Amino acid sequence: MATLRDWLIDDSPASPMQARLNRLYRVLGALMHNPLAVIGAIIVAALILAALFAPWLATHDPLRQALAERLLPPSAAHWMGTDELGRDIWSRVVYGARITLVIVALVAVLAAPAGLVIGVVSGYFGGWVDRILMGITDIFLSLPKLILALAFVAALGPGIENAIIAIAITSWPGYARVARAETLTFKNSEFIAAVRLLGASSLRVNLGHVLPLCTSSMIIRVTLDMAGIILTAAGLGFIGLGAQPPLPEWGAMISRGRSFILDQWWVATMPGFAIILVSLGFCFLGDGLRDVLDPKSGEQR
Amino acid sequence: MADDSTTTAEPARRRGVTGSAHRWLVTTAGFLVTLAVTFLGLLAITFFIGRIVPIDPVLAVVGDRAPTAVYERVRVEMGLDRPLTTQFVSYVGDVLTGNFGTSVSTGRPVIEDLARVFPATLEMATLGIIIGVLLGVPLGVIAASRRGSWLDQAIRVVGLLGYSVPAFWLGLVGLAVFYARLNWVGGPGRVEIFLDGIVQPVTGLLLIDSIIAGDWEVFGNAVWHLILPASCLGFFALAYIARMTRSFMLDQLSQEYVTTARVKGVPERLVIWRHAFRPIRVPLITVIGLSYAGLLEGSVMIETIFSWPGIGNYLTVALLNADMSAVLGSTLVVGAVFIGINKISDVLYRVLDPRAR
Repeated sequence: MATLRDWLIDDSPASPMQARLNRLYRVLGALMHNPLAVIGAIIVAALILAALFAPWLATHDPLRQALAERLLPPSAAHWMGTDELGRDIWSRVVYGARITLVIVALVAVLAAPAGLVIGVVSGYFGGWVDRILMGITDIFLSLPKLILALAFVAALGPGIENAIIAIAITSWPGYARVARAETLTFKNSEFIAAVRLLGASSLRVNLGHVLPLCTSSMIIRVTLDMAGIILTAAGLGFIGLGAQPPLPEWGAMISRGRSFILDQWWVATMPGFAIILVSLGFCFLGDGLRDVLDPKSGEQR
Repeated sequence: MADDSTTTAEPARRRGVTGSAHRWLVTTAGFLVTLAVTFLGLLAITFFIGRIVPIDPVLAVVGDRAPTAVYERVRVEMGLDRPLTTQFVSYVGDVLTGNFGTSVSTGRPVIEDLARVFPATLEMATLGIIIGVLLGVPLGVIAASRRGSWLDQAIRVVGLLGYSVPAFWLGLVGLAVFYARLNWVGGPGRVEIFLDGIVQPVTGLLLIDSIIAGDWEVFGNAVWHLILPASCLGFFALAYIARMTRSFMLDQLSQEYVTTARVKGVPERLVIWRHAFRPIRVPLITVIGLSYAGLLEGSVMIETIFSWPGIGNYLTVALLNADMSAVLGSTLVVGAVFIGINKISDVLYRVLDPRAR
């Protein structure tokens, strides 16, 4: 294996592929030395695994009601107890991982590229394009995210799809800002000038050279934002505007357990622990990634 | 703060009074233009949200069995036949004159409802930010001065928990533990029901009103009820403030003047509080302003849990009843306050920090 490692840390990579793998290897190596980042990566991996293998991890059908077994405390048969309809909470939490993962993935897929394109275009072309695009971005940035998402969902109607759209609408401006700042730092560098002298079009310069350079700051930003996205989605579910019953969405589960908080505490608290754990995992991972990929920016968000 | 203003006055004098007055005018005008554009953007967004509602506003008024003639007449009366730009202009006019429409759920003008509920939110968020600052700033300074210690790690985890704990879950668990089990604090609501409405509302802030009325029973009961929701909000402020204070302090502690002070033999306590802490007071004001604005927003979830009769509770009830005038009115008010606080802390930063001028 020593040869593979030598190939990975080679100072003069022979192909772009090798150069990319080199960088990946170094980033992963640096991440491994950051205990919080490792914990975060494990939690995020566990979320993905739980979502993928939910049918095998769940001990019961998450939707099957058994009124004879309602509101049972945690036990060997029901690891997290049962809810007011006799459904197994552990199984519901495991299936809830799927919903959470779908929400964060879709928000990231919708909002990050939109913000990236707006930011790069704004930074690269400057002038009026920049002023108009950044004006719109700043207006969105100066508005309260949660309230805006709530208003959008109220207008679009409750449901998980609309919740995802609403959260995406409120998340892109942050990415646009990051992408613009990155673009401005690269825009006047010599290698961009060289590519342009070779006759590359603006589209080619942006797609082939500017966009890829923005990805590492985008990855950091998206990872750090994940906790906020999860909390907003759970909040919408809690209010009753997000995922609708009988979907085992964590926020909606807490909302149903609210009436039983005094005597059957497990109904509301268990999904809460799942939210905290996963959000914390993304925070740890994001912090670690930032320390490795962008050591200058320090602690500030 | 006095020493800051004397140092900043000097370059202004050197530039000449007319020059600085002119510059000041340009900056202020620019600031007012951005402020106006931002507010207009907020209005455009709420207007847009109001248009994408799948409910036909005319049908909501006339009912779905009305004849076409009636439908058309109401449509014209509501101004919905006019072009969107005209509708937007009249919407802006309405909002500027305080006409937010009538709430379907309460039957009263939305602006009256908002004026009634806003003080309750303000009271909770203000106590929350006080708790957040009083605990967050010292924790951040301690974390920075013992960088890498277990205490620093613990404060870091508390800070990250502030980004990971759902506000409604924290409120719910807090209520179950501190109210139901331990009975250390009051339950949901602003006061016990039998004390409700005793004090004449003057400011709408119950703590101040009960002091004005001299009713100490109501005052004590209000504090008893306020402390838990305010602490929940305070936790989120604390997390953010401690994190930012730590990073500002680390910046300062790595500067050469700190090393000089240490070499001179200044005690560490004085190095931290008298030397390193002073320059971070100005950026901290911005941080505190931002988190205060954030608390007004965060109170939506907390108010739902604590049945707190504030703007958050009003908004959630309106959301569930699809009461769009009330939803958009609340969004506008919270948005406007949010923008206002952000801009004020921005201005304070510029006024107090000579380098930002």
